[in-house]
Amino acid sequence: MSKKMHIKLNVNGKDEEFLAEPRELLIYTLRERLNITGPHIGCDTSHCGACTVTINGKSVKSCTMFAAQADGAEITTIEGIGGADELHPLQTAFKEHHGLQCGFCTPGMITRATKLLEENPDPTEEEIRFGMAGNICRCTGYQNIVKSIRAAAAEMNAAKEAAE
Amino acid sequence: MKDDVTSREERVENLKGMGCSRKRVEDARFTQGKGNYVDDVKLDGMLFGDFVRSPYAHARITSIDTAAALKVPGVLAVLTAADLEPLGLHWMPTLAGDKQMVLADGKVLFQGQEVAFVVAEDRYAAADGIEAVDVVYEELPVLVNPFEALNSDVVLREDLVAEDGSLPDGAHGPRKHHNHIFTWEAGDKAPTEEVIANADIVAEEEMYYHRTHPCPLETCGSVASMDKVNGKLTLWGTFQAPHAIRTIVSLISGLEEHNIRVISPDIGGGFGNKVGAYPGYVCSVVASIVTGKPVKWIEDRMDNLMTTAFARDYWMKGRISATKEGKITGLHCHVTADHGGFDACADPTKFPAGFMNICTGSYDIPTAFLEVDGVYTNKAPGGVSYRCSFRVTEAVYFIERMIEVLAIKLNMDAAELRRINFIRKDQFPYTAALGWEYDSGDYHTAWDKALKTVDYDGLRAEQAQRVEDFKAGKTRKLMGIGLSFFTEIVGAGPVKNCDILGLGMFDSCEIRIHPTGSAIARLGTISQGQGHATTFAQILASEIGLPADSITIEEGDTDTAPYGLGTYGSRSTPVAGAATAMAGRKIRAKAQMIAAYLLEVHDDDVTFDVDRFVVKGAPERFKTMKEIAFAAYNQAIPGLEPGLEAVSYYDPPNMTYPFGAYVCVMDIDVDTGVPEIRRFYALDDCGTRINPMIIEGQVHGGLTEALAVALGQEIAYDDMGNCKTGTLMDFFLPTAWEVPNYETDYTVTPSPHHPIGAKGVGESPHVGGVPCFSNAVQDAFRAFGNTHTNMPHDHWRIWKTANELGLHG
Ligand code: FES
Ligand code: FES
Repeated sequence: MSKKMHIKLNVNGKDEEFLAEPRELLIYTLRERLNITGPHIGCDTSHCGACTVTINGKSVKSCTMFAAQADGAEITTIEGIGGADELHPLQTAFKEHHGLQCGFCTPGMITRATKLLEENPDPTEEEIRFGMAGNICRCTGYQNIVKSIRAAAAEMNAAKEAAE
Repeated sequence: MKDDVTSREERVENLKGMGCSRKRVEDARFTQGKGNYVDDVKLDGMLFGDFVRSPYAHARITSIDTAAALKVPGVLAVLTAADLEPLGLHWMPTLAGDKQMVLADGKVLFQGQEVAFVVAEDRYAAADGIEAVDVVYEELPVLVNPFEALNSDVVLREDLVAEDGSLPDGAHGPRKHHNHIFTWEAGDKAPTEEVIANADIVAEEEMYYHRTHPCPLETCGSVASMDKVNGKLTLWGTFQAPHAIRTIVSLISGLEEHNIRVISPDIGGGFGNKVGAYPGYVCSVVASIVTGKPVKWIEDRMDNLMTTAFARDYWMKGRISATKEGKITGLHCHVTADHGGFDACADPTKFPAGFMNICTGSYDIPTAFLEVDGVYTNKAPGGVSYRCSFRVTEAVYFIERMIEVLAIKLNMDAAELRRINFIRKDQFPYTAALGWEYDSGDYHTAWDKALKTVDYDGLRAEQAQRVEDFKAGKTRKLMGIGLSFFTEIVGAGPVKNCDILGLGMFDSCEIRIHPTGSAIARLGTISQGQGHATTFAQILASEIGLPADSITIEEGDTDTAPYGLGTYGSRSTPVAGAATAMAGRKIRAKAQMIAAYLLEVHDDDVTFDVDRFVVKGAPERFKTMKEIAFAAYNQAIPGLEPGLEAVSYYDPPNMTYPFGAYVCVMDIDVDTGVPEIRRFYALDDCGTRINPMIIEGQVHGGLTEALAVALGQEIAYDDMGNCKTGTLMDFFLPTAWEVPNYETDYTVTPSPHHPIGAKGVGESPHVGGVPCFSNAVQDAFRAFGNTHTNMPHDHWRIWKTANELGLHG
């Protein structure tokens, strides 16, 4: 075991500060140290995307990064995207269009989709399929995930237009 | 008497009962990251356990030294077989009548086998401890091919050979060789041989249905917490059958069953992976008993792919005979089944090869014979039903390939060959040559609808043109039309012939109606994404006339749920769904008496209408179910006990037989071997449809898993028994990018013996999808002399097929 490192993070708007071994993966920091269990673990090789979070504005697989590498970062997980009081349009759309079954991939999927829609507010089906290819779902066959994301995009664009 | 302001249609709509696409009640927590999966369970002082695993596929263990590991900071204990032996827990029974080492007892039989269990304060300390355990192995010759295993002097299971060298019978009868597990037969051998010998036409084929893995996104795991004060064990885990796990834990641990509480929390996909009992579960329990603290065990993906629950691995040899006109007369099938180091298949006791004897498919085949030989090899144990009822995927693949091979031999269109051999509607209930009684079906209607929708004749014309263009050098892409017509057999099953470890495969539902007209229902099943909390409430809403939104469905806690055999083999709707309907009918029967009392008429003078009982001939006189519920708790009704509750244990009279017609259109680049799915049409007949939205979702998911298996997913070994596909880098899981959009369609042929006519659908698309994708690939090369190539049809294998057929010039 090597010397512990002093790490500061801001997760879902809350400041966190702790000592951790350099080898501690960010996903374990979130899940075990901070009890943020929305992001899941589905593989050991950065393939599945179940652990996806947003770090400083980018989609990141949190199993692929040490907590120490995220020192000073702003992190958003599914818990920071929307809750019972105010759901994100993606959360509503996934329910409305049956974009999930077992739900294990869902937090990562939705978290990734928030960034996709930020980067490209009106994506084509092909762009969605390409942009979501880092997130594996074993249950849905993706068709309804694509549908959910398109519906959320339409909803968000309509809301934006109405606001302007 | 009171005003009735809502119309009957509105009342039906308010219930959100059967037939409507009710949105899922599960989704709120999952979309907000508030699911509670086993790895989310966190208890005070909880420890983490993980395995030292064998790097060798076959080796003797000379010694295990744990001293250094015990000195690693954070490590509390290291368990080996020697520690478990005094408790009798170093081996455990498998679901197939064999036994399996919990921790390596003197030798290992497959790579990744559990050798020692390190218990530590957290995952990192456990990993450090694993590094420090010193195991000395002596390598033994490795057998990865079942045919070689049956001819080898190398004995894999010394424990199954008597001291004088003789072979005691196995769980399924006599064994032919020390690496042989069982022979299982169905049908009539001599008549089948005779029919085939005298037939006009006989087509033969050998095919290997490769080993693969269900690979749900969540791996397996458990948390065991032994409360020494009360003597109670609580066990959370990824269990598709929580009650069966409770009974198994009781039998092997000696703890009384009432002192064990098994909880299946949210499960991140199962697909068969989570039916079995695994060494990790047992070790977490033992470690909790030993340390007095809760112990968690969670597989990583590599553990999952390499050790728990492979599927398939069937070497199938078929002969099918027919008249010149194409009428099938006989079918012979022999299977060499590779079961790995232990026979841990999850099949009903009397069916060591599952329901492989559904392999006559949807066809009226008068004579048939099936023989399956199970074999031990140095591969992982398992043999689960990966998104199918027991071995039905293998059976359907077999017959749907044999039909194509026969069509080639007859020089006939494969769709027409199917049509002239289908079991006709008027033949149901139909007893197949291999024993099953198909409850219902209307195959011709489904087939005609499918072919018409896709414009089958137009597709064949286009394909013929494509072949011309290819030969003329105008294109490098061939076109394949994949067909499959499948009949599943699901809903295991009747207690008279279906049990697991002696437990009859009934299922159950218990309903309590609350005074204010809402309800809770508990079932013996457990959802892994199928949406039971949504659909079972719909069944009940229609049966008892209370809105689905007022009905809570609870599963997965053995302290509260009635005993049931769990969720796999598409049995939830056929068995627990039936129990739900029957329990609902008991509620309704009592409600009828209450209503009659309240309305001051005879019981027979009221009739149920959507959400109320109405006096016959006087529709303005009624009592709603809500009113009746309240009355059940606040009135003393002569001759009736207070309260409104019911429980039903349902023993199904027969299996159900969902079926479907699938068509896949594919373009294949012969130079790259890349298949491009242009169209996929799936017509499913699952009987009565409870929630069309959920059915469609199940079909999309099942087809995608079928695509994976047919086009690339494989658990492969090298000659040394090294698993070559232990990570998602090598084990193909399709992403959104590789998956097409699917067109779904349906016909409805209700099951005549099921209370609501439902048959189950979750697995049909996988069962029917695999042969459909495979047939599309094979069909693209039919014009160039291809009869059969083995799956998985990855780009390399497709390229090789093209190359071997001389298509690369
Ligand atoms: S856990 Fe699979 S990508 Fe992070
Ligand atoms: S919903 Fe189960 S993995 Fe996506």
